Amino acid sequence: MKLLTGNDLKSGAVTWWTGSDWSIHVEHAADVGEHGESILQAEEGARRVNAPYIIDAVDTAEGPRPAHIKERVRALGPTVRPDLTLKPADPDAGDWVI
Amino acid sequence: MYSYDKYDQSIVDGRVAEFRDQVKRRLAGEITEDQFKPLRLMNGLYLQLHAYMLRVAIPYGTLDSRQMHKLADIARKYDRGYGHFTTRQNIQYNWIKLEDCPDLLDDLASVEMHAIQTSGNCIRNISSDQYAGAAADEVTDPRPWAELLRQWSSFHPEFSFLPRKFKIAVIASKEDRAAMRLHDIGIELTQKNGEIGARVFVGGGMGRTPMIAPEIGPFVKAEDLLSYIEACMRVYNRFGRRDNMYKARIKILVHEIGADEYRRQVEEEFAHVKKLGIDPPLAELERITEFFAPPEFAADADIKVDRSDPDFALWLDQNVKDHKQPGYAIVNISLKPIGGIPGDASADQMDVMAEIAKQYSFDELRVTHAQNIVLPHVAKKDLHTVWRALREAKLADANLDLISDIISCPGLDYCSLANARSIPVAQKIATRFADMDRQRDLGELKLKISGCINACGHHHAGHIGILGVDRKGVENYQLTFGGSGAEDVAIGKIIGPGFDEDGIVDAVEKATDVYRELREEGERFLDTYRRVGVTPFKEAIYG
Ligand code: SF4
Repeated sequence: MKLLTGNDLKSGAVTWWTGSDWSIHVEHAADVGEHGESILQAEEGARRVNAPYIIDAVDTAEGPRPAHIKERVRALGPTVRPDLTLKPADPDAGDWVI
Repeated sequence: MYSYDKYDQSIVDGRVAEFRDQVKRRLAGEITEDQFKPLRLMNGLYLQLHAYMLRVAIPYGTLDSRQMHKLADIARKYDRGYGHFTTRQNIQYNWIKLEDCPDLLDDLASVEMHAIQTSGNCIRNISSDQYAGAAADEVTDPRPWAELLRQWSSFHPEFSFLPRKFKIAVIASKEDRAAMRLHDIGIELTQKNGEIGARVFVGGGMGRTPMIAPEIGPFVKAEDLLSYIEACMRVYNRFGRRDNMYKARIKILVHEIGADEYRRQVEEEFAHVKKLGIDPPLAELERITEFFAPPEFAADADIKVDRSDPDFALWLDQNVKDHKQPGYAIVNISLKPIGGIPGDASADQMDVMAEIAKQYSFDELRVTHAQNIVLPHVAKKDLHTVWRALREAKLADANLDLISDIISCPGLDYCSLANARSIPVAQKIATRFADMDRQRDLGELKLKISGCINACGHHHAGHIGILGVDRKGVENYQLTFGGSGAEDVAIGKIIGPGFDEDGIVDAVEKATDVYRELREEGERFLDTYRRVGVTPFKEAIYG
């Protein structure tokens, strides 16, 4: 599957295209299939998100999992500061990245 | 310390106001990211993996307590309560919001700081020896010279769009504590017939093509310095490769045309530039030097230190260095707790360091390229008090220059250019060697880790260097041996195939076992490696 991601213009936060809007949670990301480029252009034109791009991901029971480790680090947060990730209460969250 | 005059302040304030307007226009959609990106980068604002990252300049790594307190305030107010001290003696904040950035820069300007020229193809923050003004072996304090260069290079119209970024370091000792020859221009102040001048080395650097800068100017007089450096820059600006960013650094130019030809061109250009009258009168250097006058040391300061507390004695032996003034010492604060993140300090720790500096170090702090902090002028009678206060704040690790005093770039945990994570590797190695007796038995061992070939973690200069690479989406780590950023400067060599995260820790341990077995009296890891060569290490690691 293909996901569309970028960083929120105001906050810089990592953000994922859900099919109708943007979310900071990769679990909410939608498979953009072949439409990534056109959504990307529309969203970039609307300047809601900074430098969006398309990535590969795998569909899992817990939701989309980006194929590359860099995108998984982006999706969760720094593996060395679990307290600053999106799942500070889950001690095993880092396993998802590695 | 240098303090801004009304011109400095108005330049910085003006830049903040200008950037505020640019941010406003970007947020309103009046300018595109392509238009905005060079503007934000000129103000040190990057977009990294998780958020915007702001890099704040700390000129030649020197701070006063007011500035360190402000860095702590900023960490709390605009970031997530911490900052990361870098190998260029700067600080980075990892979680900045674009909409907050103008206010943040205003706060910085209120303590005579900024983030200008911490990015982009311009002359970056001038770095220097963290012991400047305190080291017994310096011929003069290098900071006035660094300040002169800072003023000359700030907003220099000719050098704002160089082929690539440009880094300058200034030292004034034979012992090189600033990796001087691994800079685009490295300056070593030296004395000849009673006169101070500059040995100028050009074309060093790390990154994808590491090189040691050859000497270009053997003795440049103080009154010629700016013209000479200007000539060095002009030759680069004219002939540096703008067509290929991987070949655009000055080291490639100097290497390709040769040091002799580069020197000839610099001298030719210098003859021309000198007539332009850009060198300030020597009185200007003297005026700047007054800002760096030595503090009022007590003439009869006690030179004895009570070493009866063994933990304190350990810290004294490892982290405290001789000062040129009897009765005083240089204190190194390690930002490398075992299992911690190299170079990170919490806002509370910054406040503690600022407070201690104010009370016990004539209000001065320094940031080191090894990502530690220095209190340059502490009276020996205060050392125990300072140590206790540092220990209270978890800042008293006695591991300076030992294997756990690891330089590590942010790597894939933060950096968008990274191939692999650096920090977890640093944490695992430090944890493996946590035992202090073991570390001290291994002695000086500089281990440096970069998360990609850009080499911000100085792995090429590590006695042991580690480079993170991406092997088909999987992190892999290459090992190099034999590098040094000191006066025995050398570029490390890759010793063989890479390892995974646990494998690299084991490989480092095996290398230290070989060293312990083969070392001769007084040899450091680096010395033994240089004497016996790579073979016994390879056999132990790959055999
Ligand atoms: S060396 Fe690479 S990964 Fe590390 S901070 Fe520099 S650019 Fe980022």
